[in-house]
Amino acid sequence: MSHALTDRQWLWFAAECYLVVFLIGTVALLRGRQHSTALTYGLMAVGYLCQFVGLYLRGTAVGGCPLGNNFEIVQFTAWSATTLYLLIGVTFRSSAFGYFTACLTAVLSFLSLAMPAWDATRRTGIFGGNPWIEFHAALALFSYGVFALLALTSLMFLLRNYSLKKKHVSGWFSFLPSIMDLDHIGVRLLSAGVFLMTASLAVGAVWWARDIAAVNTTKLLVTVAIWAAYGLTLTFRLRGRLFAGRFAWTCVVLFAAALLSIGPVNASRHTPAPAATLRLQP
Amino acid sequence: MSTGHLFVLGATHHTAPLAVRERLSLAAETAAGLQMELSALAGLREFVMLNTCNRVEFYGVAETAETVAHLEAAFCSRQQFDRTEFEKIRLTLRDRDALQHLFEVAAGLDSQMLGETEIFGQVKEAYAAAQAHRSAGAVLNRVFQKTFQAAKLVRTHTAITEGHVSVANVAVDLALNIFGGLADARILLLGAGDIGEKTAKAFQSRGASTLTVASRRFEHAMELAQTLGASALPFDQHESRLAEFDVVVGSTAAPDIVISHAAVSAAMRKRPARPLFLIDLALPRDIDPAVASLENVFLYNLDDLAKIAEENRVTREAEMAKCRALLSERADALWRHVQPQVAPARPAESSGAANSPAARPAR
Repeated sequence: MSHALTDRQWLWFAAECYLVVFLIGTVALLRGRQHSTALTYGLMAVGYLCQFVGLYLRGTAVGGCPLGNNFEIVQFTAWSATTLYLLIGVTFRSSAFGYFTACLTAVLSFLSLAMPAWDATRRTGIFGGNPWIEFHAALALFSYGVFALLALTSLMFLLRNYSLKKKHVSGWFSFLPSIMDLDHIGVRLLSAGVFLMTASLAVGAVWWARDIAAVNTTKLLVTVAIWAAYGLTLTFRLRGRLFAGRFAWTCVVLFAAALLSIGPVNASRHTPAPAATLRLQP
Repeated sequence: MSTGHLFVLGATHHTAPLAVRERLSLAAETAAGLQMELSALAGLREFVMLNTCNRVEFYGVAETAETVAHLEAAFCSRQQFDRTEFEKIRLTLRDRDALQHLFEVAAGLDSQMLGETEIFGQVKEAYAAAQAHRSAGAVLNRVFQKTFQAAKLVRTHTAITEGHVSVANVAVDLALNIFGGLADARILLLGAGDIGEKTAKAFQSRGASTLTVASRRFEHAMELAQTLGASALPFDQHESRLAEFDVVVGSTAAPDIVISHAAVSAAMRKRPARPLFLIDLALPRDIDPAVASLENVFLYNLDDLAKIAEENRVTREAEMAKCRALLSERADALWRHVQPQVAPARPAESSGAANSPAARPAR
């Protein structure tokens, strides 16, 4: 059954599931009601499975973790964010977290699917058959998924903070989690993201040390800069120097920067050998 | 000929002012005596007495209109209330309208504080008391069971209970929006007056356990602390120890500010990442309004809280039509079901025989 559909078709289904969650949430929002957490979770899980199958098929086709072009990287980041949502989303009492996650993953999924240029070239064997490099890349992208959720919870924090400061607490604002809950989950997500990214860089560093020439300088600098920025943010937060609104804004801005850096970093990588490149049929 | 009908008779806050309701309210002993008297009343097949601070109502199944008049006379006589005066304020409805009224009462639509849920428990208690006295029969058993279902339906499918409409509960809701839960929140109450006490009790009823009272007169603080199961703090320490608290309720009668911007800034330097919720219920105000601009500090005064309470009330009012429509459908259906039981075709039966134990419906 799964082979009857292409990887992109599965990914379209996933994007549609996320869009449905977003639309249901928006309708509920406009009606001033909270939508069902169970329905949100269920639809997100269906979207997740579709995305998983799509990425699996793509991974089989390219012979490794599908991280060879912008399309695959953005899809993988969205999938990572959904994975985390399914793991921690149940701890939130309101469905607002699911709504925000659906919004992010729908935007990322549709954006990547709507940009043919991002998926024009499928690169195979980009990790040279080295599972450690593949693990390093997957871990790095997964940490981006964590940072995506961190940006979402930070956005929710900013909205909740705004509502309490401006004294607009009724209506849709009432469905947001509390300031403290959002702050706690934000610190945990940031810690997890920094840990994953550190582990990813550590794994990568071992292999780079053996072959310095294989390292792309732009990619290395941008990745280390993002890692350092998140690391500093975590340090300042734990030391009580960066908190509340400023902490939330920092997390949102950092994720935007990380997301925007994907394109240039990917473009700056060495062009693979023609033999390892598949051109998509129009 | 015996016709039989379902009725409600009583007086509520809509028609009777507090002073009158005080006179009509049934004390425990009076209620027991009246219960006995009504049980022996000819033609009264079933009845339930609902007695709250906002209403005294009798729901029942009577053989004739005279039966209800006898009930009214018995009640007025026991309360030593002039019957002519009672006729001016009484609420009296029959059959389907009585059902609709009971549904609306149980759902909180007829309450002074629209959508409140306490009345639901009071209706349940009234019904339980009637069951205990064996004064509720087949008709009222069904009517009250359906009433509880209808009230729950309204609460679940409409926004009639959403958002609190009292200042104290609005303050607690805001604290929950900030802290998530109140079990670990440390609350400081400044002032030992009524409004502060009510707010403190609202916090306690929603899970707050660490409460401290500070008042300009320490003995007042001690007294209130004892009542609330809290601890007392000398008033001159409230600013220096501000960092120890998460929620501060200002309700003193002090003529000047008692919590300054400098004190809040100093407290926040000690606990920058933990929010501070300041509730100023005092007039003149206790807390410097400038503290609202500090990061992680949330300041609400009496006007802010009253405005939110009013918004919630308006939201609830907007749900009234929807609630009534839901209840109306159910009242129609229930009335179609109980009507044959309320007014059965019993041409040979006399009103006296109808009230005999043998004629009472099975319970």
